[in-house]
Amino acid sequence: MTEHRARLHGVMGEFETPEQLLSAAKKTREAGYKRVDAYTPFPVEGLAEAIGTRRSWVPLITLVGGLGGGLSGFGLQYWVAAITYPQNIGGRSLNSWPAFIPVTFELTVLGASIFAVVGMLALNKLPQPYHPVFTVDRFARASTDRFFLCIEARDPKFNLAETARFLQGLNAQHVSEVKDEE
Amino acid sequence: MSTAEPPINSTVLPRPEPLIGPGHTYASVTDKIASVVLTRPLGLGWLAGFTVTFAFTMLLLVAITWLFTKGVGIWGINIPIGWGFAIVNFVWWIGIGHAGTLISAILFLLNQKWRTSINRFAEAMTLFAVACAGIFPLIHTGRPWMAYYMFPYPSTMGIWPQFRSPLIWDVFAVSTYGTVSLLFWFIGLLPDLATLRDRAKNRLQAVIYGMLSMGWRNSARHWHNYESAYLLLAGLATPLVLSVHTVVSFDFSIAIVPGWHTTIFPPYFVAGAIYSGFAMVLTLTIPLRKAYGLEDFITMRHLDTMAKVMLSTGLIVAYGYFIEFFMAYYSGNKFDVFLAEQRLHGPYSHFYYALILCNILSPQLLWFSRVRRNVPALFILSLIINTGMWLERFVIIIISLTRDFVPSAWGRYSATFWDYATLAGTILGLFSMLVFLFVRGLPAIAIAEMRELVHEGHARKEPS
Repeated sequence: MTEHRARLHGVMGEFETPEQLLSAAKKTREAGYKRVDAYTPFPVEGLAEAIGTRRSWVPLITLVGGLGGGLSGFGLQYWVAAITYPQNIGGRSLNSWPAFIPVTFELTVLGASIFAVVGMLALNKLPQPYHPVFTVDRFARASTDRFFLCIEARDPKFNLAETARFLQGLNAQHVSEVKDEE
Repeated sequence: MSTAEPPINSTVLPRPEPLIGPGHTYASVTDKIASVVLTRPLGLGWLAGFTVTFAFTMLLLVAITWLFTKGVGIWGINIPIGWGFAIVNFVWWIGIGHAGTLISAILFLLNQKWRTSINRFAEAMTLFAVACAGIFPLIHTGRPWMAYYMFPYPSTMGIWPQFRSPLIWDVFAVSTYGTVSLLFWFIGLLPDLATLRDRAKNRLQAVIYGMLSMGWRNSARHWHNYESAYLLLAGLATPLVLSVHTVVSFDFSIAIVPGWHTTIFPPYFVAGAIYSGFAMVLTLTIPLRKAYGLEDFITMRHLDTMAKVMLSTGLIVAYGYFIEFFMAYYSGNKFDVFLAEQRLHGPYSHFYYALILCNILSPQLLWFSRVRRNVPALFILSLIINTGMWLERFVIIIISLTRDFVPSAWGRYSATFWDYATLAGTILGLFSMLVFLFVRGLPAIAIAEMRELVHEGHARKEPS
C-alpha cells in the first residue's frame, strides 16, 4: 500500500468551464477531501478558497522587504553622510534628511518588489521543473481551455477507485490517474 | 473564510465596444497569440526589418567604440554646453519608458480592462527604452569605466557618493525603475511562458520556455500568490513610475540655470513622459497589429483610448510650457525673462517653434473622433509627438546652457556625425532590434489575461 502511494500522485478530472470546476471543488471539500489542487488557464475567483487555501503570505513578505529596503536605504545615507564620510559644507546639518528621501523611497520600492516576486516564487515552490501532473497528456490544456481538479493520493480519505468514482460523479471528463514517475 | 484581497478583476462594466473581436474563445486567443511565436515562419518583412535594425545596432557599437577611443570630444559638446545630445536622448528615452509601467500598474489599479491587450508590449517597450536611456549617462561620463563610483560601495579610498546630489538620486531612480519593470514584466510573462511550453512544437522550444516558466503549472494555489504579488507590484510601481521622471527633472530644477530652476518641472516632466510613452506605444502597435493580424485584440477602441490619453497629457504639457513663460515674467527675474525671449527669438528659436508645432498644435487634431479612428493619421501623429518630445528636451538643455548668465560665457552647440550616429543607433538600432526579437520570441499580448477577458465576456452574455 505505501509503495503504491509513493508512485501515485492522485486522480485528476477535467472540466470544461470554470463554473463547473468551482462547484466541483466546493463539493470535493464538502466530501471531506483536504489534499486537493485545481489547475486553470487563468485565475478563477474563489477557487483558491474553495480548495482550502489560506490567506497569501505575499503581502507580509512584501512589507518586510519594503521596510528593510527603506530602513537600510536611509541608514546607509545617514551613516555615510553623518558618520563615516562627513562633509562640512558651510556648517549645514550633516543629517540633511530631506535630501535622503528620494533614495530611501527608491530602495523601499526596490526591496518590496524583489521580496514580492521572490516571495511569490518561493511560496509556490518555483522553480520546480518536474511535477507529477505534467505526466498527464491532456494536462497541457490547463494552459489553454480546460480546468482540472486533482485529488492527491496523500489525502487520508483517498482511495483510488472510490475517489475516481467520486470525480466522475461530479461530471468530470477524462478522469485519470496521475502517476509520479520520479 | 474569504478574507483575501478585494476581487480586483471581477467587476464587469458595461462597455460601449467590445475589447476583443467577436467569436473568440479561450483556445482561439491562445492559438492566435502563441502562433506568432511558435509556428509562424520568419517572413521577409521580419528578416528585412531585423537586418536593418541589426545594422544600426552595429552603428551604435561603432559610435561607442570610437567614443571610448577618442573621448567625448568627438561629440558637439564643449563648455558651456556639457550636456548635449547624450542627456537630451537620456531624458527622452526614459520618458518613453514610462508608458509601459503606467499601462501595467496604474491602469491595472484603476481596473481599465483595455490595458490587457497592450500591457505586455508596452512593458517590453519600457524595458528596451530604459536600456537605451541607461547607455547615455554612462557613456557621457567621459570615463565610463569609473561609473561604478556612483554606487555606494566600501572602497579602500574611503570615499562615498554624495547622497544630496540629484545625480545620485538619478542612479537609484533609474536602476530601481529598470529592475522593477523587469520583475513586473517577468511575473506577467510567467503563465504565458508556461502556455508556450505546453504548446511547444519541438524539443528546443519546450526546453527554453520550460526553463523560463520555472515549472509554472497553473495551480489555483500558484494563482492565489501570483495575483497577490501582481497587485502589490502594481501598487508599488504606481508611485515609482511617477517618481522616476520627477527625479530626472530634479537634475534640472535643483540647478540654478535659468529655464531649469522651476517647480513646474516634476509634474510637467511626468506628463511629458506619459505623452511620449503613449506615442511610442502607438508607433509600435499600429504596425504590429497589422503585420500579425491582431486587429481583433488591439481594436480601434484601444487606439482611440490611447489617442485620448495623448491628447490629455499633451494639454498638461502645453500648460507646462505656458507656466514657464508666465513664471519667467511674473517673477521678474531678468535671467528668466531673457531665457524666455531666447526661446522665441534666440539662435535656436526654430527648435522652439517646431516643438510648439509638434507637441501643442498637431495633437489638437485628436479632438476629432475621425482623426482618432484613422490609423495612418494616428501613426503619423505619434511620430510627430515623439519628435516633439525630443525637441522639448533639446530646447530645455541646449537653449538654457548656451545663454545663461554672463554673455562672456555664452556658446553655441551643434551636434556632430557621432551624436547623430549614437541617437540613430538607439532608435533604429538597439531599441527596434529588441522589439523585433521580442515580437518573435515572447508573446506580445498577455495570453492568460486575454483568456480572463474572454471569460468575463462570456459571463456578461449569460442571463443573470
